[in-house]
Amino acid sequence: MSKDSFLSKKNKMLLSDPLDDNNPITVQVLGICSALAITVQLKPAVVMALSVLVVLSVANVVVSLMRKMIPSRIRIIVFLVVIATLVILVDQVLKAFVYDVSKELSVFVGLIITNCIICGRLEAFAMANPPGKAFLDGLGNSFGYGVILIIVAFFRELLGAGTLFGYPVLEKLGVYDLGYENNGMMILPPMALVTVGVLIWWQRARNEKLIENE
Amino acid sequence: MDVNKNSYTFSFAAIMVVIVAALLSIAAIGLKPFQSKNVLLEKKQNILSSVGININRGDADVQYPLYVKQELVLNANGEIVDGIAFDVDLQKELKKDKHLQLLPLFISEVDEKKQYIIPLRGKGLWGPIWGFIALEDDLNKVFGAVFDHKGETPGLGAEINRPFFEDPFTGKTIFEDGELISIKVIKGGAPKGDMHGVDGISGGTITSDGVSDMLYERLTMYLPYFSKVKSEMQKDLNISKSDTLLTFNDTIIQ
Repeated sequence: MSKDSFLSKKNKMLLSDPLDDNNPITVQVLGICSALAITVQLKPAVVMALSVLVVLSVANVVVSLMRKMIPSRIRIIVFLVVIATLVILVDQVLKAFVYDVSKELSVFVGLIITNCIICGRLEAFAMANPPGKAFLDGLGNSFGYGVILIIVAFFRELLGAGTLFGYPVLEKLGVYDLGYENNGMMILPPMALVTVGVLIWWQRARNEKLIENE
Repeated sequence: MDVNKNSYTFSFAAIMVVIVAALLSIAAIGLKPFQSKNVLLEKKQNILSSVGININRGDADVQYPLYVKQELVLNANGEIVDGIAFDVDLQKELKKDKHLQLLPLFISEVDEKKQYIIPLRGKGLWGPIWGFIALEDDLNKVFGAVFDHKGETPGLGAEINRPFFEDPFTGKTIFEDGELISIKVIKGGAPKGDMHGVDGISGGTITSDGVSDMLYERLTMYLPYFSKVKSEMQKDLNISKSDTLLTFNDTIIQ
């Protein structure tokens, strides 16, 4: 095994790849359900992205440390136990110290357990790589997930409610006086899928690596 | 060591479960005091917020006794019974038969006027919703209301705890010609001048309906107490009227 420095080119790829070329949402199309549920407003989307960041990077490290001990027949169960434990811990800590944020996120913290990106990274990466790399991979993938979440939430909150982080941007800009009205459809769940679809379209048109050859 | 042997698999699973269980129990026990403190302070904060006193959660302990003057526990007949109103758990009470339920009631004084604060609890779309509604001393006009929820959809049903939804309750009335109408959350918006309706939330209809049902159900439970208070008020009024009559007679005699 070659010893390379912590931030070698290869390791940087672990961080940058999931942001674009191998984005968990737009390229692998994982974790769509949470992208749909919590992107009505920016604030929960940001907190969700942070919670996934904590859970995914720690879970990656824990599973990577145990990778030679985990019996392969029950590995998925082990993943779920690790993820669920972390999620419950995060939830309890939020409730104790940042009560308002935990209320904002309500059920969705619990739903991190079912986020397939996390299980996917544990199975595909942490089981085969040392903890340091697994940690970087966890960071990279949660950034890739978070970026999409925040972009989608930005457009849905701005167009659906005319606010950003609850601040009435469009009202202050005076757009309503010109006859503009909020698009109520943007706050309904299907529009999250349409927004993600538009993002995928834009990304595939721009990124040559993603253009499929016939 | 062969990690795929049955015996290894079983012992791995067993040890893992024990470690995880221990870890979670320690976390739960260690964090419990902080969490309960938050819940307690938030309840005080919500009660005060229903009478228009908005404070930080940190100040709730100090501010609460300045405004809330009386805490009563009532039974279904509207009689005052022993108990600590603040500790009555509505979640448990709602599971009991109607005539066995204990009804907490808080009486506050803001600007030298009395408010009756009624705790609420009902069903939203995903889980429980709750809140407090404060009535003015005529037991009809709403002084203020706050709502909250466990897990309603952010941006939709979850908006019931926002001022734009709560504020329109103020000034509405719950009785019409002596009959309880309560206040309804109306999909598509309440007509102008409707004294018993407020605007619903687009995309949050089931939660909005939950609020209407909760208000009606809870207020109905307090009707016996209301009529008692009202008849006492009437008596007081009659006494003071006869007092004036007596003094009036005295003046004539003189």
